[in-house]
Amino acid sequence: MNPRLYPLAATIAIFLLAWFVCWTQFPFMLSTRVVGNLLTDNAYLGIVAVGMTVVILSGGIDLSVGSVIAFSGVFIAVVLRDTPLHPLIVFALLLMITTAFGGFMGWLIHKLAMPPFIVTLAGMFLARGAAYMLTIDSVPIEHAFYDLLDDAYWVMPGKGRLRLIGIIMLLTVAAGMVVAHKTRFGASVFALGGGEATARLMGVRVGATTVGIYAFSGAMAGLAGIVFSIYTGSGYPLANVGTELTAIAAVVIGGTLLSGGAGFVFGTLIGVLTMGLIQTYIVFDGTLSSWWTKIVIGLLLLVFILLQKALVRLSTGRALARA
Amino acid sequence: MSLLRRLAPQILTLAAVVALVTLFFPDFLRITMADGRLVGPVMDVLKRGAPVALLAVGMTLVIATRGIDLSVGTVMAITGAVAAWAITHGLGLPAALGLALLAGAAAGLWNGCLVAVVGIQPIVATLILMTSGRGIAQLITEGRILTFSDPGLAFFGSGEILGIPVPALLWLVTGIGVTLLMRRTALGMLIEAVGVNRAASSLAGVNATVLLVAVYVASGLCAALAGIVATADIRGADANNAGLWLELDAILAVVIGGNSLLGGRFSIAASLIGALIIQTIDTGIVLAGFPSEYNLIIKAGLVLVILVLQSPNLGSTWHALRAAADRRREPAPARSAKETGR
Repeated sequence: MNPRLYPLAATIAIFLLAWFVCWTQFPFMLSTRVVGNLLTDNAYLGIVAVGMTVVILSGGIDLSVGSVIAFSGVFIAVVLRDTPLHPLIVFALLLMITTAFGGFMGWLIHKLAMPPFIVTLAGMFLARGAAYMLTIDSVPIEHAFYDLLDDAYWVMPGKGRLRLIGIIMLLTVAAGMVVAHKTRFGASVFALGGGEATARLMGVRVGATTVGIYAFSGAMAGLAGIVFSIYTGSGYPLANVGTELTAIAAVVIGGTLLSGGAGFVFGTLIGVLTMGLIQTYIVFDGTLSSWWTKIVIGLLLLVFILLQKALVRLSTGRALARA
Repeated sequence: MSLLRRLAPQILTLAAVVALVTLFFPDFLRITMADGRLVGPVMDVLKRGAPVALLAVGMTLVIATRGIDLSVGTVMAITGAVAAWAITHGLGLPAALGLALLAGAAAGLWNGCLVAVVGIQPIVATLILMTSGRGIAQLITEGRILTFSDPGLAFFGSGEILGIPVPALLWLVTGIGVTLLMRRTALGMLIEAVGVNRAASSLAGVNATVLLVAVYVASGLCAALAGIVATADIRGADANNAGLWLELDAILAVVIGGNSLLGGRFSIAASLIGALIIQTIDTGIVLAGFPSEYNLIIKAGLVLVILVLQSPNLGSTWHALRAAADRRREPAPARSAKETGR
């Protein structure tokens, strides 16, 4: 097997093992109802994590996504409340705003040669502040089209419901896989993650790619915001505090190296599902308190990082031996 | 003199921010005596800025080694929870402080070992504690806000010595102490060496591993102090909200202080001024009477302006211009010889 696939294989193996352990204790874990809920509950996280994967593949980081999701929800709720616009038009408007916002951050990162960490941190304040400026209350969304979206689901065998937002998440992951692994843009992202100087020598247009990467992440955060607003049926400026870190954790658990240049979008889906599984297990168990989720996710992160470290050392050691 | 020159941009920024705030709130600089203590917006800035200033001291050292410590806010929650737990279980003030500092040092040791011994990137290594630490803090407080009424511990949040709030004294003393330790010994230089090139510094005989671990332990201890201040201030340990997002403010303070995130050079004084700038912006926005909804936007805007002014690209253009001007004024002998030769 290609050594590059080791982290992905490890991720999938641990996910299956975790599911098996859950299944031995709660046989209902394998039902399509649980699977359907797992996809629905983590839809927004999966979508935003796809954008984060591309950012991290390029060796960057995007701290603004949680705030952008909150802004999106508030924006949709307020515009739908105050104007007669159709939700689809609002969605399009919103995606344009968040994509431009991401692109602007990418432009700043490139032009000012500033660390992405700091630029997206300012972006995080800005997006959260913009959400506050629209409203400081939770605004419910009441629109016939939203009821339609909420009722859109496919009943799987076993009466599990695969909701529209779960399907959107799966489609997004598929699209992310194509973008990252099959397009010229994706190749540039990987090259950038391997090293900016090298990428430049290879003929990668660093500036345009950086703008594209953060614009993509912004668009994904906007889409995640739309999905989140369908999921909760409201917009709240305090929502999704800390989602960026959950997304980063999902990406890392999914086998992508935080140093950039190596990883898979599909792994991120597994990472999101693994974290969702921990949550589901804690709900099923009923005696464990919610704080165990955080501790277990932290430990899982550690395990995956150590695993990756060992695998990378193993594969480079082999490459050296071959040379 | 060179210190003043290094700090000039930060002092100017602080002066500009203070001037801006005074424009909107004329009484900003007024300090009065009331009940034997100094009161006024400036004292408030010095007091409220204590957690970020304390964190910034440790963060500066970590960033000087080309690292980053995302866990400090969480460590604040843990150490605050430990202190409140010890006090409510009747262990006494010295034990509570000792245990909290020990918890901070242990957290730093964990981070330091992951970074220096295992060799994980600092941002990932500290992310682990950042995600799981709040769970640990909630484990200690059992998910509740652990309140206490011990006046000794509360003194660290709301007490005063000679009219000056204790939190302000705490960060001043910590800052001066660490600066002296770094600059009166070779420690500062060794840390900078590790930040410039860890492998090279190791070859030159610097024990980079021990130094890195020590830096993260220092950051953990600073976070413990900040956690004690925050917990003492509200007389309760809130595992969910104590120190929330303060790691980002601390990093911002270090960056506004003109320290490069790529390590190699650091100034604790500059970071502390950076922390004061952030706190002045925060307090100023409230005092100036803007609706609180605007706080984050104004803060983000000001931060962006400060960062753009300090950006390496603008800086290098500026340096190139100044170097060109210097060259025109007094050509170096070697260069002039070459030029006359040509």
